[in-house]
Amino acid sequence: MAGAVLTVEPMAALDTRTDRRPSFVGLLWGSTVGKKTAMAVSGIVMLLYLVVHMLGNLKIFFGAADFDAYAAWLRTIGEPFLHHEWFLWIARVVLVAAVVTHAVAAFQLSRRDIAARPVKYAHKRRRASYATRTMRWGGVILGLFIVWHILDLTTLTVNPHAAAGHPYANVVATFSTWYGDVIYIAAMLALGLHIRHGFWSAAQTLGAGSAARDRVLRTTADALALLLTAGFVSVPVAVMTGLVS
Amino acid sequence: MKLTLRVWRQKNAGAEGAMSTYEVDGIAKDMSFLEMLDTLNESLILSGEDPVAFDHDCREGICGACSLVINGEAHGPERTTTCQLHMRSFSDGDTIDIEPWRASAFPVVKDLVVDRSAFDRIIESGGYITAPTGSAPEAHATAVPKPAADFAFEHAECIGCGACVAACPNGSAMLFTSAKVNHLNVLPQGAPERGSRVLDMVGQMDSEGFGGCTLAGECATACPKGIPLFSITRMNREFVRAARKRG
Repeated sequence: MAGAVLTVEPMAALDTRTDRRPSFVGLLWGSTVGKKTAMAVSGIVMLLYLVVHMLGNLKIFFGAADFDAYAAWLRTIGEPFLHHEWFLWIARVVLVAAVVTHAVAAFQLSRRDIAARPVKYAHKRRRASYATRTMRWGGVILGLFIVWHILDLTTLTVNPHAAAGHPYANVVATFSTWYGDVIYIAAMLALGLHIRHGFWSAAQTLGAGSAARDRVLRTTADALALLLTAGFVSVPVAVMTGLVS
Repeated sequence: MKLTLRVWRQKNAGAEGAMSTYEVDGIAKDMSFLEMLDTLNESLILSGEDPVAFDHDCREGICGACSLVINGEAHGPERTTTCQLHMRSFSDGDTIDIEPWRASAFPVVKDLVVDRSAFDRIIESGGYITAPTGSAPEAHATAVPKPAADFAFEHAECIGCGACVAACPNGSAMLFTSAKVNHLNVLPQGAPERGSRVLDMVGQMDSEGFGGCTLAGECATACPKGIPLFSITRMNREFVRAARKRG
C-alpha cells in the first residue's frame, strides 16, 4: 500500500477525549443552563433573607422600644464568638454576592436571548404571563430600589429623619413622605411578581419540578409572593393610616 | 372559502424580506394548510410569479419538515404539525399571516424555508449511544424498567421540527435538546454517555446561538408532539449532575 494515502474524515465521536473539562463552577458559568443555576441559587438566598427581613419588619407593630431593641439585637448575633456587628457584615457580604451574581447572570443571559430572536413576528400575539414578561424590567426596578432603600434606612443618607440607632423613627419619617410610600409600594408589587415567576422557575432550574409536584410549587410561589408583598406593604400602610407613628 | 394571505417573501438568505398579500379562492374546508398553499402556488406559477417556498415532506405529521408560523403561532392554531392542520380551523374571509420560524440560529434560506441544521449538529454532539454494530442483539438482553421505557418514549416523540424555538421568546432550543437528552439518558443503553451527552449537547446548543430558557412555557404549548415543559427541568438536573462529575 506504499504511496496510497487513505484520508479519513476526523470523527468527533471516535476521538479520544484528551481535553479536560472545566471545573464545576466553570462548566456552570460557561453555559446557559448553568448560569440559570447560579441565578436560581442566588435568588433563593435572597428569598430566604426576605422572609426573615419581612418577619423582622413586622416588629414595628409592637412599638418603638421593641423595634429599636430588635434592630440593636441584630448587631449582637453570634457574640461573643463573633465580634459586634460581624454577623451583620457577613450577611451583607453574602447578600451583595447574591445580588451581583443574580444581576450579572441575568444581564448576560438577557443579551443572549435578545440576540437569539433578532426578527420579531409580524403577527403580534401576547406571550407568557404578566409575571414572566416583567422579570427583566422588574429586576431592574428592584435593583434600583435596593440602592435607594440602603441609602434611606441603612446609611440614612437620604432619610428625612436620619437618627442613627432609632430605626423606628427613621421608618416612620420615610413613610410619612408621599414619594417614600410610592417608591416602596411599587417596588414591593414588583417583588411579588418577580417571586411568583422566580420561585417556580428556580425550582425547574434546579431540577425539582415535575408534573406531580407542579401544583404544590405554583401554590408555594403564589403564597410566598403574596405574603412577602403583603407583609412588606403593611408597614407603609400602617404609617399612612396612623397605626404606626 | 376565500382567504387573504399575508406571506413572508424573501428571495434568498441575504435579501431583505417583506410580507406580501395574496388572495386565494376556492379553498375547501377539508384541505390541509399545505394543500391551500399548493393552490396558491399553482396560481402564482400560472401567472408567471415565483411560487412561495416552504418546507414539507411526509405530510403525515411525523417527519418534522414543515415549519410555518401561522397567525403568530408555530404550526398554527391546532396542536399539530402544519401539514396536519386543516382549513376547517379557519373561516371564509379570514386574513392569515404566514411567517418562517424566527431565530438567529435558524437563518431564512428563502421565503418560509429556514436552515435547521443547527439541530443536526446538536444531535451529532451527543444524540447517539455506543452500541456494537452487527446483528441486532436479543431484544430482552437489556432489561428496561417500564416507567423508564414510557419516559423515553414520551421524549422520543420529538420530531425535531423546531416549533419550540420558533415559539420561544428567547429563540431557545431547550425543549428540543432536553427531549433528546432525556430520551437516551433514562435508558440503560444510553447510560455510558449519560454525563458527556448532556454537557456536549448543551454546549453545542449554546454555541449555535440559541437563547436561554426563561420558563415562559411557550415551547411546550407549541410542541405538536406534546413534549412536556418538565423535560427541561429534568435536563437541568442531568446537567448539574454531569457538571459535578465533569462528564
